[in-house]
Amino acid sequence: MNRTHLAAFLAGLLFALGLGLSGMTQPAVVLGFLDVGGDWNPALMAVMAGAIGVNLPACQWLLRLPRPLWSARFHLPPHGGLDRELVAGSALFGIGWGLSGYCPGTGIVAVSGGGLPAIAFTLSMVAGFWLFKRRQVALFHRVTVEDVP
Amino acid sequence: MAPLTPDHTAMTTTALALTTALAGGGLIGLAAALLLGLNGRIFGVSGIAAAAIDPETPDRGWRWALLAGMVSGGALLAWLAPERLQLQPAQPLWLYLASGLAVGYGARLGAGCPSGHGICGLSRLSLRSAVATAVFMATSMGTVAVMKRLGGQP
Repeated sequence: MNRTHLAAFLAGLLFALGLGLSGMTQPAVVLGFLDVGGDWNPALMAVMAGAIGVNLPACQWLLRLPRPLWSARFHLPPHGGLDRELVAGSALFGIGWGLSGYCPGTGIVAVSGGGLPAIAFTLSMVAGFWLFKRRQVALFHRVTVEDVP
Repeated sequence: MAPLTPDHTAMTTTALALTTALAGGGLIGLAAALLLGLNGRIFGVSGIAAAAIDPETPDRGWRWALLAGMVSGGALLAWLAPERLQLQPAQPLWLYLASGLAVGYGARLGAGCPSGHGICGLSRLSLRSAVATAVFMATSMGTVAVMKRLGGQP
C-alpha cells in the first residue's frame, strides 16, 4: 500500500458514487437514453455534461503542470490517428452496450448489488478481455515469425 | 440519493433527475481529475480492469485499488440506495453474457469505453476518442432500435 493506491481507491469510490447518483447503474436509464425513437431519457447526456464540465478544465490545467503530484510523469495514450481497430472495436462495444445497458464501469459497480445480470455481464466482459489478449499474442507471434528469415 | 418521490409533477421529476445526473457526472469528472492530477493516470475502466487481471502488467497494485474503490462504492450504494442497482425489467441471461463479451472485446480493440474515451478522451480533446464515442453511441442506439423492432426487452 502506498499513496498512489489510496488515490486510486478514492477515485474509484467517487466514480462509483457518481454513477449511482446519476442513475447510470440502472441499465433502464441508459437504455432510455439510447432509445432515441421512444420515450427518450436525456439523463446520460447530463452525466456527460457534468463529467466533462469538471474534467475538461481540470485536464487542461493539470496537463500543463510538469508532472502529476505523486508520479514521475503523466501516463497518457498517444494522440494518434484513426485506424480500423478503433472504429471496429468501438462499433462492437456499442452493440454490446445497447444489448444490456451496462458498460465496464456500471457493470463492475453493479456487481456489488449481487444481481445475477451484473455478475454475468462482468464475467463475460473479462472473457472478452482475455480473448482480445489472445488475439494480440497471436498477432505478435505471427509478426515476429514473419520477420525472422 | 433518496428515491424520487412520485408526487412531483412529471416536469419536476425530470428536472430533479437531470440535476442529480449532472451532479453525479460532476463526481465522475472529479474522480478522473483526481487520478490524473495525483497519479498521472487516465480513468479508463476497461483498460484498467484488463491490465489488472493480466499477470504481465508491471504495476497492477493501483489498478486493483481503483477496482476495489469502485466495488466499495457499489457496496455503499447497495446499502444506502439498493434501488439504484436493481434491474427493471430483467432480460434473459444470455443477453447479458453476449453483451459482456462484445463490450469486453470491443472496448479493448477500440482502446476504450465511455469513461476513457467519452469522458477523459473528450476532455483531452482527442480526435480518436471523439470518433470512438460517436461510433459507439451510433451502434448502441442502432442496437436498441433493432432489439425493439425484434420485440426484444429493451
